[in-house]
Amino acid sequence: MKYIDEFRDGALAQRLAAAIAHEALPSRTYHLMEFCGGHTHAISRYGIKDLLPANVQMIHGPGCPVCVLPIGRIDSAIELASRPTLILATYADTMRVPASKGLSLLKAKARGADIRMVYSSADALRIARENPEREVVFFAIGFETTTPPTAVAITEASAGRLSNFSVFCNHVLTPAAIANILESPEVRELGTVPLDGFIGPAHVSTVIGSQPYEYFAEEYQRPVVIAGFEPLDVMQAILMLVRQLNEGRAEVENEFTRAVTRDGNAKAKALVAEVFELRRSFEWRGLGEVPYSALCIKEKYRAFDAEVRYGVEYRAVADNKACECGAILRGVKKPTDCKVFGTVCTPENPIGSCMVSSEGACAAHYTYGRFKDVPVVATAA
Amino acid sequence: MSGVRPDYVRPVDFKHGRVDMSHGSGGRAMAQLIDELFLRAFDNEWLRAGNDSARFAVPAGRMVIATDSHVVSPLFFPGGDIGCLSVHGTINDVAMSGAAPLYLAATFVLEEGFPLADLKRIVASMASASRAAGVPVVTGDTKVVEQGKGDGVFITTTGIGIVPEGVDIAGDHARPGDAIIVSGTLGDHGVAIMSQRENLSFETAIESDTAALHGLVGAMVAAVPGIHCLRDPTRGGLATTLNEIAHQSRCGMLIREQDLPVKPQVSAACEFLGLDPLYVANEGKLVAMASAGDAATLLAAMRAHPLARGAAIIGEVIEDPHHFVQMQTSFGGRRNVDWLTGEQLPRIC
Repeated sequence: MKYIDEFRDGALAQRLAAAIAHEALPSRTYHLMEFCGGHTHAISRYGIKDLLPANVQMIHGPGCPVCVLPIGRIDSAIELASRPTLILATYADTMRVPASKGLSLLKAKARGADIRMVYSSADALRIARENPEREVVFFAIGFETTTPPTAVAITEASAGRLSNFSVFCNHVLTPAAIANILESPEVRELGTVPLDGFIGPAHVSTVIGSQPYEYFAEEYQRPVVIAGFEPLDVMQAILMLVRQLNEGRAEVENEFTRAVTRDGNAKAKALVAEVFELRRSFEWRGLGEVPYSALCIKEKYRAFDAEVRYGVEYRAVADNKACECGAILRGVKKPTDCKVFGTVCTPENPIGSCMVSSEGACAAHYTYGRFKDVPVVATAA
Repeated sequence: MSGVRPDYVRPVDFKHGRVDMSHGSGGRAMAQLIDELFLRAFDNEWLRAGNDSARFAVPAGRMVIATDSHVVSPLFFPGGDIGCLSVHGTINDVAMSGAAPLYLAATFVLEEGFPLADLKRIVASMASASRAAGVPVVTGDTKVVEQGKGDGVFITTTGIGIVPEGVDIAGDHARPGDAIIVSGTLGDHGVAIMSQRENLSFETAIESDTAALHGLVGAMVAAVPGIHCLRDPTRGGLATTLNEIAHQSRCGMLIREQDLPVKPQVSAACEFLGLDPLYVANEGKLVAMASAGDAATLLAAMRAHPLARGAAIIGEVIEDPHHFVQMQTSFGGRRNVDWLTGEQLPRIC
C-alpha cells in the first residue's frame, strides 16, 4: 500500500530503535504518555515496546473516546433507544460498553431497541431521510476529530428541515483532558505518576492544530511531540521526545507535518464554533467532572439537540468497584495492575470501558500483548 | 367444445412470479416448484426417484458428515452468490477431514415475496457448482416463512464423504515443529461482501474466492498422506482458525506477518475499514499443518493445483501451555493474534 507501507518499514524501525537506544541516557528513565488510543493501538499492534530500551516507558493516556464515556451517558443512550418509534444511530465501538443493570446497547438491541451501527454522521442523516415517520437520534461521541462531521450533520439537517433528526452530543475536548491529568494530585503533588512528556494526538491535531499544546509545554514544562498513528511516526516521536528531554527543552514539536499545521483546519473549527459551545461541566470516566471539557449544541440549533428534545437527564453512575479503568485512564495504573484484567474482564465480557474499544489500553494489551505476561516455554526462531 | 385440458398445469412464472405461502404448503404449488425448479436444475437419479430420502450403497471405510447454514447478505456478490457458496461451504467442511465428498442434501427456507427469478438464479448457480464439484444434491426440503420472518432465502446443506485409508486429519493433531501452510491470499471473500453492503459500498475489483477445495485436498493427501491438520478459515478468518487448532492441539503457533499472502487491494480495503485481513473470512482457502519434513513436498503439491498457486509457509507450531498464537510483525515486534471478539462482518456466509 503506497503511502502506508512506508510508515511501517521494519528496517527503518530498527534504525530508529538503535537511535533511541543510543540517545536515551542510561542514568534516567523516560516516562512518555501517548495521549491517544490510536497510538496505544499502534504500540501494541506493531510490538513497538519490543523495540524500546527498558528505560523508555510508555504510559497510556485517556484519548479513547469510548473509554472516557461514563456509564450514565450510555444509560441515557439506551433510554433513548428504548423509546418506541425511535432509531438510535451509533458508531459500532459503543455497542458493547457495559451500562447499568447489566445492559449495553448490544443487549438493548437484542431486546428490541432499534439501534443501527453507522460509519459516519452522514449515514445517520441518511437513515433519518429514509425513515421520515421515525425519530432518529445520532449518538455523537469523540474528540475534536469526529466533532466537525457531527456539526455538518446538524447544519445539513437544519438546512433541509429534517425535523425527525437530532444529536445526542457527547463530544469532548483534548486540551481539557491533558490539563486535567497535569493538574491531578498524582502528577503534581504526590509525584506518583512520573510524566516526562507527551506524544500528542494525530487526527485531533489535524483539526485543532499544534498551537493549543504550546500552553502545556510552557506552563507545565513538558515536551509535546505531535505524531501520526503509523508505527514509524510513534518511534520518531519517541526519539524526538528523548532528545528534548536530554537537552532540557519543553517545546511543541510536530512529527506529523504531512497533516498537521500550527493553526489546524480553519473551516472545521469554524463549523464547530457555529454549532457547538462549551459545556459547563462533563463527567469523564476516570477523570470525573471536568469543567469546560466538552461541547453541547448551541441554542440556535436546539431543535436538533436530543437532550433538549427528549428531556435527557444525566444521572452519574459509579464504575464497578473492582474496575481500575479510572486509574488506567489517568496513567496511574497499568492494565495488569487491575485484579479483574483477563479474568473476570475480557473483551467478550468487559467490566470496564478500557476493555471494550480496540483503542482502550486493556483491550490493546489483552489482544496483542498478554502473552508477554506469562512465561512461554519455548518459542521458535 | 371446452378448452379444458385435464392434465395441463400452467408453468411457474419465473420471470415475474414471487414465492408465496402455497410454495411451502405441501400442495400442488410446492410440487410444481420442486418439479420445475429443483428437479430440473439438480437432475439426478436420486431426485428423480421422487422419495423423501435418497438411498445409496455405503462404501467401506470411515465416513464424515458436515452441515452448514448459509445466511449471507447480499445474496449475490462479486465472484459468487449464496447458491454456489452453500455447495462449496459444505464440501469444504467435509474435505477438511481429508475426505472425498459424495453427496449433498439441501434445505431452502424461502421468504414469502422473494422473486422466483432470483431463486432460479441461485438454484442454477448451486446446480452448476455441484456438477463442477462432482457432488450431487440427492435430497432436499423447502419451507416458506411469512414476509418479514426471513431474509429472502436461507440455505442449509449437509454433506457426507469418505476418508481414504491411512488418512487421519483432525484439529487436535498439530504438533510443535509442524509447518503452517496457507493455500493462498487471505480475506478476499469478506472484502468482496463488504464492498456490496448498502451503507458501505465501495468500488473494488476483489471477488470472493468461493471454491470447492476437495480436489486440492485430494492432491495434497496423495502427496502427503500424513497431513496433521486441515481447516478452511471462513468466519473469523485465519486468526480464529489458528486459535481453534492451538486449543484443540494444546500447542502454540508463531506466524510471520511478512509471509502472509494478502492482495494489495484487500489490505487497502481493510486499512480504510479498520479491519485486519487475519480476521476476514475466506471461502476458498485452507490452512494445513504438516511435519517440517513433509512441508516442502506438501507446498509443491499445493502450488501445482490451480486453487493453491499462491500457497505459502507462514509459520510454525510451537510448544506453549497457554496456547497463544503469536505473530512476528513486519515492523520487528511480536504480538498476540487473538480470537475474534464480537463480529467483524455480520452475515458473510
